[in-house]
Amino acid sequence: MILKGKVWKFGDSISTDLICPGRYFHLRSNLPELAKHVLEDADTQFASNMAKGDFVVAGNNFGLGSSREHAPTIIKIAGVSAVLAKSFARIFFRNAINVGLPLVECDTDKIDQGDELEVNLSTGIIRNKTKSIELEAHFLPKAMLNILNDGGLLAHIQKHGDFKLD
Amino acid sequence: MGKTLAEKILSEKSGQDACAGDIVIAKVDVAAFQDGTGPLGVRQLQKMNINKVKAAKSIFFLDHAAPSPRKELSNDHMLLREFSKKSGAILSEIGDGVIHQRLVESFVKPGDVVIGGDSHTCTAGALGAFATGMGSTDVAIGMVIGKTWFKVPETFRVEINGKFQSGVYSKDLILYLIGMIGADGATYKALEFGGETIEKMSMESRFVLSNMAVEAGAKVGLIASDKTTREYLKSCGRLKEWKAQIPDIDAKYEKIIKIDVSKIEPQIAFPHTVDNTRPISAAKGKKVDQVFIGTCTNGRIEDLEIAAKILKGKKRAFDTRLIVVPASREIYLNAMKLGLLKIFVQAGAIIMGPGCGPCVGVHEGVLGDGEVCLSTANRNFKGRMGNPEAFVYLASPATAAYSAIKGKISDPREMIKKAKKEKIMVNTGKKAKGNR
Ligand code: SF4
Repeated sequence: MILKGKVWKFGDSISTDLICPGRYFHLRSNLPELAKHVLEDADTQFASNMAKGDFVVAGNNFGLGSSREHAPTIIKIAGVSAVLAKSFARIFFRNAINVGLPLVECDTDKIDQGDELEVNLSTGIIRNKTKSIELEAHFLPKAMLNILNDGGLLAHIQKHGDFKLD
Repeated sequence: MGKTLAEKILSEKSGQDACAGDIVIAKVDVAAFQDGTGPLGVRQLQKMNINKVKAAKSIFFLDHAAPSPRKELSNDHMLLREFSKKSGAILSEIGDGVIHQRLVESFVKPGDVVIGGDSHTCTAGALGAFATGMGSTDVAIGMVIGKTWFKVPETFRVEINGKFQSGVYSKDLILYLIGMIGADGATYKALEFGGETIEKMSMESRFVLSNMAVEAGAKVGLIASDKTTREYLKSCGRLKEWKAQIPDIDAKYEKIIKIDVSKIEPQIAFPHTVDNTRPISAAKGKKVDQVFIGTCTNGRIEDLEIAAKILKGKKRAFDTRLIVVPASREIYLNAMKLGLLKIFVQAGAIIMGPGCGPCVGVHEGVLGDGEVCLSTANRNFKGRMGNPEAFVYLASPATAAYSAIKGKISDPREMIKKAKKEKIMVNTGKKAKGNR
């Protein structure tokens, strides 16, 4: 699958508190409403100005902090096609796969705000069209790829009745 | 080949020889949710038409919004109460306490696999349990099929030796460690704490270390189950649930980190990341608008005793508010028995019901623009206490209590020194008994 879109660039250590602030705790059962505040404390412009298909691109340890699955869920609901980062925090990583939000681990230094990207999820090749360069993603572990390909953990369990990881 | 604590527990619970790097499917002994992550988990299960739980213990804790400050959250609470009733899960009501304190007091035993819809589920690792935080769907699935999958983590052994200076505590140690290795220093790894200092450390101080393992990115923060663990479970009326759980002597560690605690000063984590830690001298004199003593990190009886010793007969500074939140009902009762609550109230504190309190910005003590809070919690991310324009500093209960008196960040060693000099007995006079 090839994803296309523009880049929204963030820094290191984007916590789940920045992605999905605690002050909107009461909106957690209203995900479309909660999604209107996605990443608000990291970039106030993002939620209102992003277009469907855009990429969130960040530095190290994206998604650190709380286990709230709402964080990757509202990134997905907002229409982000994938998150690219140098590294991801553990719980966020697993949550994103479970909810079917593609994550791409790669060197993001050569990607800037507003760049146009084409990300091929099957080959792991990232084309930065603005800069005319290609980058390569690290591959997902097989267990996670299986879950992602089934469309997330719920679909995976519904399909197999159990974990089917290898 | 020898096994780490993580490998040992996962081997037993998966029925296969689990080594670091393997993918295993393990039996789940305890699956837990809190009120912020539970509703999403329950809705996932409703999509699958599942309404029976299978994990040995499945529990919903109403603690983050307790009591509920808004109708949306009241409705979430209704959903969880209803689902618990129908599904056979246990419900821990508002006022019973914070998920992680409740788990260690009443539910988790050494050797268990514990999954919780809350990142600080790693707290229970101090009992020698493989306890880790996960998202709603993972916990929901684990709860209803009674198992989950893990990649067996490599382990960093943290060898801790030496004696703490007076005025320095396990909170300072863990802040120091996180500052040293960074917020992603142990991502995907197990931290295993050991050494002479840990052997002598109280269970409550051990919980602080395991609680904050996730702040270094770790999956679990494990401590061997020993005599101290046994005494703790006994005090909780669960002596029968104790068993020894230790790593093999020839276990293979990816890294060994050695720390001599006698060299550590009180630490402060500066805004807005937990690994932004510095010795207290760097923060000394910083004006504080609010001091918060509580949470799943430092809201236990030992913490309240330390704070009460410092606050006894003193008053908070005029323009520094003081909020105290016992982590559980048991702790609340114990603090009452010991006369600690009176000391806090007389010192000008407001005591809130057991739960998360102001920790995550849902209610109770949300900060104003530009305000500074010195907190005993485990996180200081921007926006954490409900306002992205505010600043949260993290410290030990002793530092927090002393700073409340001074109105600015202050080194508790000063007071201890002074007390020694003046030979003043600063203690509460009684000893805590029973469930801590
Ligand atoms: S006290 Fe704070 S860190 Fe602990 S569970 Fe509650 S919100 Fe999370």
